[in-house]
Amino acid sequence: MTLLSITSIDVHYGDFQAIYSLDLHVDEGETLAVIGANGAGKSTLLKTIAGLLRPTSGDIVFDGLNISATPPYRRVPLGIALTPEGRKIFPSLTVEENLKVGAHVKRPGPWTLAAIYDAFPLVADRRHRLGVNLSGGEQQATAIARALMSNPRLLLLDEVSLGLAPVVVEQIYDTLPAITGQGTTVLIVEQDVNLAMKFADRVQCLLEGKSVLEGVPADLTRDQIATAYFGI
Amino acid sequence: MQWLNAVIQGILLGGLYALLAAGLSLMFGVMRIVNLAHGVLAIVAAYIGFVFVNNLGVPWYLAIIIVIPIMAVVGYALQWGLFNRALTKGGLAPLLVAFGLAVVLTQLLQEIFTADNRRIDTGTLATDSIQVTDTIYLGLLPVMTFVVAVLVIAGLQLFLNHTPLGRAMRAASDDPDTVKLMGIDNRQVYALSTALALATVGLAGLFIGMKTQFSPTYGDLVLIFAFEAVIIGGLGSLWGTLAGGMVLGIAQAVGAQINPSYGLLIGNLVFLAILAFRPQGLFPKAVTT
Amino acid sequence: MSIATGENAPTGVKVKRATRSSWAGLVVLVPILVFLAMAPYVLDRGLQQQLVTLFALIVMATMWNLLAGYGGMVSVGQQAYIGIGAYGLIYLAETLGINPFISVPIAIVIAGLISIPISFLAFRLVGGYFAIGTWVIAEVVKQITMQIDALGAGSGLSLTVLNELSPGRRIAYVYWLGLIAVVLAVGVTYFIMRSRLGLGFTAIRDDATAASSLGVRVTRSRRIVFVVSAVGCALAGAVIAMNTLRITPESIYSVNLAAFMIFMVIIGGLGTIEGPIVGAIVFFALQQWLSELGTWYLVIIGVLAIVITLFLPRGIWGLISGNGKIRLFPVGYRVVSPWTARRGLGEKEPEGA
Ligand SMILES: Nc1ncnc2c1ncn2[C@@H]1O[C@H](COP(=O)(O)OP(=O)(O)OP(=O)(O)O)[C@@H](O)[C@H]1O
Ligand SMILES: [Mg+2]
Repeated sequence: MTLLSITSIDVHYGDFQAIYSLDLHVDEGETLAVIGANGAGKSTLLKTIAGLLRPTSGDIVFDGLNISATPPYRRVPLGIALTPEGRKIFPSLTVEENLKVGAHVKRPGPWTLAAIYDAFPLVADRRHRLGVNLSGGEQQATAIARALMSNPRLLLLDEVSLGLAPVVVEQIYDTLPAITGQGTTVLIVEQDVNLAMKFADRVQCLLEGKSVLEGVPADLTRDQIATAYFGI
Repeated sequence: MQWLNAVIQGILLGGLYALLAAGLSLMFGVMRIVNLAHGVLAIVAAYIGFVFVNNLGVPWYLAIIIVIPIMAVVGYALQWGLFNRALTKGGLAPLLVAFGLAVVLTQLLQEIFTADNRRIDTGTLATDSIQVTDTIYLGLLPVMTFVVAVLVIAGLQLFLNHTPLGRAMRAASDDPDTVKLMGIDNRQVYALSTALALATVGLAGLFIGMKTQFSPTYGDLVLIFAFEAVIIGGLGSLWGTLAGGMVLGIAQAVGAQINPSYGLLIGNLVFLAILAFRPQGLFPKAVTT
Repeated sequence: MSIATGENAPTGVKVKRATRSSWAGLVVLVPILVFLAMAPYVLDRGLQQQLVTLFALIVMATMWNLLAGYGGMVSVGQQAYIGIGAYGLIYLAETLGINPFISVPIAIVIAGLISIPISFLAFRLVGGYFAIGTWVIAEVVKQITMQIDALGAGSGLSLTVLNELSPGRRIAYVYWLGLIAVVLAVGVTYFIMRSRLGLGFTAIRDDATAASSLGVRVTRSRRIVFVVSAVGCALAGAVIAMNTLRITPESIYSVNLAAFMIFMVIIGGLGTIEGPIVGAIVFFALQQWLSELGTWYLVIIGVLAIVITLFLPRGIWGLISGNGKIRLFPVGYRVVSPWTARRGLGEKEPEGA
């Protein structure tokens, strides 16, 4: 069943167009990775799905509901959660308070504080620390945990590996099965193609705001991906 | 003894100033709006209380129960009608709108109630006092005001630290865009913050109206006292503001003891001295590590 | 400073100063000025006195705009300097016996000197707290004035020495003083905004952190306009004192004067030279027109200012000039480059521009 279906959206920043007539869909329970070079429009896409940006044309349908004009705070109750680029942890709140704010919309589901602390030992250890005092890895883990607190049906992850040491990236990605194991649909944006190919059921590649390639990792060759990624 | 008495009166006064300041700090903390209409809104509450008590004969304690929700609704409406809009304009707009509102409300009060001095009638409450020693009497109303102020500030602190809405306010203060991703409408959080701020300033305004003679322009002084309490105490801490209010209250009371016309001036000079020599305030929010 | 100027501009960047419309502006302005200068020979005394009131308003608005529109500092305390200018003038002329027209420059210099230490206090606060801080300082100046018997304590001072002149002369001289004050206030603002300082301000307004990293000395620039604005407001105060011949602490230090300044600038348009002038004229006209309504006029003007802030942030002048296409006073630099063209993308307009 299709959980999210996007049809030919255009997204603009003022006069500047960042996404051109993009189609994308995610099936329930699937993990889709969106890859692409810097400035390809990946974060723009996730912000548009989360509702921080509105498409200037085209439709976003979530679980049969057209949400193109729904404000971001009404999409969370529907089951969409975004871990934004740059993590955006609330600096003056403790880790636990960050998580509680994440649970502001009380959607029922498996993710409670206890479940989070179980799945993310790193977060559990730092629960009383202020957001401002977290390391990059701790921030990223907290940001994912915070998004999970709303028990989303669709979790959007924007470049969780950015700026983190390989060990930490591994730790973070190791939690992914625990998330998808709960039936959560995941859309990850990732610059690291290998990571994306390893964890995703399907990948879609953006180039300058357009979708240029889509498929199951096993079916795609390195050349195909390189061409799509760099546009050469 | 007179001096000790002045200090005690000053401390009690400080509670009222801190209560006035709490709403100012709350709005600044959550939205970075410095509400220049804060003082006149306290006086608006005093006039509403005046109408209920003096004109309609409602007892003062009932008037408090009526006026606080009225002010909360006013705050909620002001936020949606003016400030949320001004915030989207950015820059100086919120400040200028607040200033315009202050002037307009002050003039409206002049038109409706004239510039005459008024006072909310509380029967004997304003004159009742508790005798502590042979020479020191504590006014019942100032003591009550002080106790209520401390309770409200404590309640506000607990609310901000331990309730979902309080957390949402602090989160919105940190990052208004990201709270939207938590399913929180930051404008709604702002409106509730302003409602809360005006509920507290309404309460403070009623106490002012019961304690002293007030007129429409009294709001100017109220804003200044609240602001001075905030700066003397140090930004960002409600308990610091309480201490700042007490310092201001003591300065005014002792100044008035020296010469009745010096009270306000000395309060202001103490504020300027703190600004000059300890601009972070006496009790700045500790940097947590 | 690494902001592009004519000599070292990157290719493709053109810096324009005088616009075509500004030459047209000169053609409009000069005859108006000449006419205004002749007014005492033409207009009756009552009208002249009213025009002096308008001149004082224009000076006040221009000075407030210099602070807020260019320096980003919202002051609610400029009445401190209006009062110092007025009291200074009367004290020098009455008590020390100095010619009142010589007392004016002395009084405004004194106001400027007083504003320097005040700036160190006020600059500890920013944004809205700066606004209230300046207000407190103005209150303190008032309260101190009221403690000084030589300044009439609570009851104020009268200017009597001007009565040595015939009323016709007195009013004409004061009129010319007022007109000179307007020319000076507008001229100095124009000059500042065309100088390096003004260019720096445009940069600060757009982005203070970036500007300071470019070497614009933010605090020093702000202090300069703070002092200039104090001097200008003192000049307005002196003109008011000469026009009304009597001042009281409650009126000359009234926070309503701050309200007038703010409303005039908002209504006319923040951050332009023309805006405050237009705002002062509109304000003055509304004040006359609505005078039978008592204090309702301030309610109406206040509501107007709020509405304009929310829905017409560039004010009436912004509307007339088609958002800055017409300029009588070309201030700053209009950098025409592909970069500015692109920068508009999805970004907010610089505040108050
Ligand atoms: N707030 C903004 N205003 C204007 N343009 C923007 C804004 N944010 C992004 N853009 C532009 O939109 C395009 C897409 O940006 P986006 O952030 O979506 O890229 P991305 O694929 O996430 O890149 P990265 O891998 O570097 O995060 C870029 O050209 C970028 O410059
Ligand atoms: Mg990105």
